[in-house]
Amino acid sequence: MKPRTLFEKIWEQHLVTPETADTPAVLYIDLHLIHEVTTPQAFDVLRANGLPVRRPERTLGTLDHSTPTRTEQIFGNAPISIESAAKQIRVLEHNSAEFGVELFGLKSDKRGIVHVIGPELGATQPGSTIVCGDSHTSTHGAFGALAFGIGTTEVGHVLATQCLLQRRPRTLAVEVSGTLHPAVTAKDLILAIVGRIGVAGGIGHVIEYRGDTIRALSMDERMTVCNMSIEAGARAGMIAPDETTFSYLYGRPRAPQGKDWEQSLERWRRLPSDEGAQFDRTVSIDAAALEPMISYGTNPGMVIPISSAIPTVVDDAMHARALHYMGFSPGEPIRDKPVNVVFVGSCTNSRLSDLRQAAAVLKGRHIARGVRMLVVPGSQQVKRDAESEGLDRVFIDAGAEWRESGCSMCIGMNGDTVSTGEYSVSTSNRNFEGRQGKGARTLLASPATAAATAVRGKVTDPRELLS
Amino acid sequence: MSPSVREPVRSIHSRTVVMPANNIDTDQIIPARFLTTTTREGLGTWLFNDWRYQADGSPRPDFVLNQPQARGCQILVAGRNFGCGSSREHAPWALLDYGIRAVISTEIADIFRSNSLKNGLLPIVVDDATSRWLLEHPGAELDIDLEQLRLQLPEGRFTRFELESFARYCLLHGIDELGYLLAQRERIAQFERTRA
Repeated sequence: MKPRTLFEKIWEQHLVTPETADTPAVLYIDLHLIHEVTTPQAFDVLRANGLPVRRPERTLGTLDHSTPTRTEQIFGNAPISIESAAKQIRVLEHNSAEFGVELFGLKSDKRGIVHVIGPELGATQPGSTIVCGDSHTSTHGAFGALAFGIGTTEVGHVLATQCLLQRRPRTLAVEVSGTLHPAVTAKDLILAIVGRIGVAGGIGHVIEYRGDTIRALSMDERMTVCNMSIEAGARAGMIAPDETTFSYLYGRPRAPQGKDWEQSLERWRRLPSDEGAQFDRTVSIDAAALEPMISYGTNPGMVIPISSAIPTVVDDAMHARALHYMGFSPGEPIRDKPVNVVFVGSCTNSRLSDLRQAAAVLKGRHIARGVRMLVVPGSQQVKRDAESEGLDRVFIDAGAEWRESGCSMCIGMNGDTVSTGEYSVSTSNRNFEGRQGKGARTLLASPATAAATAVRGKVTDPRELLS
Repeated sequence: MSPSVREPVRSIHSRTVVMPANNIDTDQIIPARFLTTTTREGLGTWLFNDWRYQADGSPRPDFVLNQPQARGCQILVAGRNFGCGSSREHAPWALLDYGIRAVISTEIADIFRSNSLKNGLLPIVVDDATSRWLLEHPGAELDIDLEQLRLQLPEGRFTRFELESFARYCLLHGIDELGYLLAQRERIAQFERTRA
């Protein structure tokens, strides 16, 4: 049999109907994650057509995007400050009840960012197909799943039929070798990869991250890498499952148990790409050569090592426009640029290990005067775990705000925003104009770099504080 | 409403409006703070909001959509990698609500392209030379023929483009893809039985 890639195996196992020249494949979806912002119109289509949710037990809902992170608005009596957001929450609660879909509601101890809770519960499993009306669904690919973001019309398709019409994408192998230096994190690695491939380089492709560097990453780190595949234009990014994957999943509430676990393991071990399997393209990255990375422009491909100067690009209107928006000049060092806000959170970097990374820098220190720092755990479970280790005390003692879980400042539609003209060093995934609030200027970095920057009040290489 | 019926799209005849920037992301097309809605109507009001309006809410005179020659244009010509970033279908909804019916670029982001096709917004990918010409000739009058997959430029010039065959069929015949999927229910049930 012809050697196959991880992607090809999962694709073929989920074909209800193979594609032809005239028709796309009908692809079966194992797990459909839903949230309050991209589903109301999809449920309306079901209702208008008298259709049920075909497989409610394969559908799982949470509240994260427009949901506030202020404790008093979640657990207290304070009203949700954005009325239209409050309505979206009520609408998903109503739709979930009407269609029999499980929802982790506002006060649920299982609630959290959609891409944090799936893995945490063990609902995200190797070899499965996972979709969500959110482009960072690629996160779940860290488990050797085929996971990608869809639009609201497709959310309706999956709700109604548990299937999607899809053309088969091409494959891109990103081979990463070498040992990451201390304080160079998975976030720095993926920023470097996006910088290398470019924000359009992955269009039409599914990425498989491979190589000894990837194998050495924890599951949290693999999720950070796969999360930002879309920033390189690729709808999905995947990593072959291995013992790291299996030991992460073992015993999680929605992972297979007992005999099922053994059978699943047997299936999952056959998933990795076969020796000699062909990818449409390959890109190689030397991880040992990387240092902490930071973005300087208005898309996630505009990244540099933190010790570098802001690039000089002649005759490029886009580059000039981005620097104008950011208020930067070509040739200036990025280090020591003053910042107003530091955000640790988002589906990229809000898991326990991310919070530990930030806390390691902040412990015994205080954030600089005039800097506002927000630490937002990815889920209520992450919040409890962090609090049981005392990380919340480290953040609060350092002068940061410690919130309930949610997308928060990554997306600026839930009450947490960066003000016009302000600089934010953020562990999130997008530095687009206005992403964190109208006129906000975002610099993407790792939790360690974010925390070091908060302490100094200016862009800081975390190695200066960790040594 | 039946899932199998929608307005067919066969051809578009319009002048172009040009936004030469590369990597125009869906956060620019419609910023996230306007996504706290539960319907798909009326989003054109906020199309390119932060590029289109000043802080006091008045239109920015230097933004292309605010200029008189842009009025009524149904074809948007943009730099490469249009529609990157967030999967929000609110982006094509906002463009369509505003009156844009086709986007032309050398590269169009995957999720945006898929979302556009499902709403009757044509994502048209052209070669570098055609793109360069279009970017340099704002207001050019074009004919997009979906049946012939032909883009007619002024002075008798034309180029061909590709569109996923099934999406094209659905657009031409006004078929909603959900109807096609629903018709496969028996196959889907069979697939589920073989995996159980």
